[in-house]
Amino acid sequence: MKDTLYLAWRYLAYNRIKTAILVGSLTLITFLPVGLNVIVGQSAKELTARSEATPLLVGAKGSPLELALNSLYFESETPALTTYSEAVRIEEAGLAQPIPLYVRFRSRQHPIVGTTLEYLDFRGLEIASGRRMAVLGECVLGSRVAASMGVGAGDTVVSSPESVFDLAGVYPLKMHVVGVLKPSYTADDGAIFVGLKTAWVIQGLVHGHQDMAAPEAASGVLKREGDTITANASVVQYNEITPDNIDSFHFHGGMSGYPISAIIAVPRDQKSGTILMGRYEADDEISQIVQPATVMNELLGTILTIREFVVAALLLVAIATLSTAALVFLLSLRLRRREIDTMSKIGGSRLSIGALLVSEIVAVLLAGVLLAGLLTVLTAQFGEGLIRALLLG
Amino acid sequence: MISISDLRFRYSEGGFALHVPELAVESGERVAIIGPSGSGKTTLLNLIAGICSPQSGRVVTNQVNLSGLADGARRDFRIRNIGLVFQEFELLEYLNVLDNILLPYRINASLDLTKKVRQRAVELAGMMGIGDKVSRNVRQLSQGEKQRVAVCRALLAEPPLLLADEPTGNLDPTNKDRVLDILVEYAESKGSTLVTVTHDHDLLSRFQRVIDFKQFYDLSSQVP
Repeated sequence: MKDTLYLAWRYLAYNRIKTAILVGSLTLITFLPVGLNVIVGQSAKELTARSEATPLLVGAKGSPLELALNSLYFESETPALTTYSEAVRIEEAGLAQPIPLYVRFRSRQHPIVGTTLEYLDFRGLEIASGRRMAVLGECVLGSRVAASMGVGAGDTVVSSPESVFDLAGVYPLKMHVVGVLKPSYTADDGAIFVGLKTAWVIQGLVHGHQDMAAPEAASGVLKREGDTITANASVVQYNEITPDNIDSFHFHGGMSGYPISAIIAVPRDQKSGTILMGRYEADDEISQIVQPATVMNELLGTILTIREFVVAALLLVAIATLSTAALVFLLSLRLRRREIDTMSKIGGSRLSIGALLVSEIVAVLLAGVLLAGLLTVLTAQFGEGLIRALLLG
Repeated sequence: MISISDLRFRYSEGGFALHVPELAVESGERVAIIGPSGSGKTTLLNLIAGICSPQSGRVVTNQVNLSGLADGARRDFRIRNIGLVFQEFELLEYLNVLDNILLPYRINASLDLTKKVRQRAVELAGMMGIGDKVSRNVRQLSQGEKQRVAVCRALLAEPPLLLADEPTGNLDPTNKDRVLDILVEYAESKGSTLVTVTHDHDLLSRFQRVIDFKQFYDLSSQVP
């Protein structure tokens, strides 16, 4: 047997390109369905872990999936906006702790998450360097953002305009980085956290500008009617919040009408959660409450169905590949007819010659399966990081 | 060494038929077989080696009636008792020189590949003038060198019978003489029988007997 295996090895090594192509094809066709299964399994685990850790989400009526994706992973379009009054309503009901979120703006590709400090506690996010945001205009960076932007506490980041051509829209705000979070290996690593009011500053709802009562602003005043001053466009608006100008920042209108994208509701207990959900059942209710785990499971159900289709397609490809491999082996046998005849003529036993040919096929199949196994192990080992990088940006 | 009586053979496809009423080759004899192409010289070697089986008649090689043996037993007999040399060398291109020489020991369990056999293979290669090329792939060898590798392969099991089918047919005059010298010297030194099919009449003086296959060809054409 040792001699047979040696001859088989010599043949495969000599025809290394043909062998490599066969092994490569078999590896891929074995690995793809198995690897896909592992990846989908890990993705599902990754998605459900986050959704299961978030009991309830409240937002304006619309797509529950959009609400969940935006609030959990800071992905997808901004859902229909609700108002801060919704958070107040939950707070006043005493059934759950509301954690408002305003996920709308970005700094380059990184989402800016306007929220309260309770969010950091709720997600168990710890500071790696610096401190939490405390004052208007401050921000805390997720670990991946800090690494990719190369910034840390003491630096600044600038919010991006929503549209380059929207001159009357949102102006960039230079924010002061006061802290960087420890890696949590979740979507939080890729986000920039600011106070809710800072998010409203980015939108321009809270703003600061030069004192219109001051003599140097006189050229910008159009008219004065009692306490009301109407200014023209030459008034200097601040795009950075500093100790010198922070007092000039002010709200127009009541805070309860200001927009937020969602509220994470953390019920006091299961019963409170059920009651809270019941309160959003009314037909005339303009808000919706969703259980993120349910929403994500529905999404996963769709993904799993797609996976089944993909696996079915891969099986067909596998049959085609194996047929081609069989054809290659048969053609190879025909090409080696003379070699087989020579071995027979000089007295090679049928068993040895047969074993030689079979062991070559088995070696190729085995190499393909082993490599596929190795790839699967590597996928299981490092796939999670890959998924985070791909799914969570 | 070889005794043939009333041998009749016909391929299942094609009209070729062979009839050899009597043929005997003594042990240690060097015999050349000549004759026109297609007259059945190679077929006769195949029958003597037990590669083909006759429809009737007897072929006794080294005192064994091959016609009475099963295929597996004939292969075992062949690999231990007969060294075959072919015109086209029939080397395995994916093996190096040494592995080609050792091939018979790797494809039949009745031969045991020992350290001694490996040593003999290296010595044989040295005697053939290819001792410095044992680790080379056979594709890197000249025609003459390839045939010497094929001869080494045939001689390694020290067979009592050598069957060579136009062993010099593809060689230049220098290599032709060299290869034939090797075969003759081996046969003389070991007392082996050498049966060679050849078209080259210049080589006939090296043999003790020449069998003109024309006589069998004429008989063959009369086979119904």
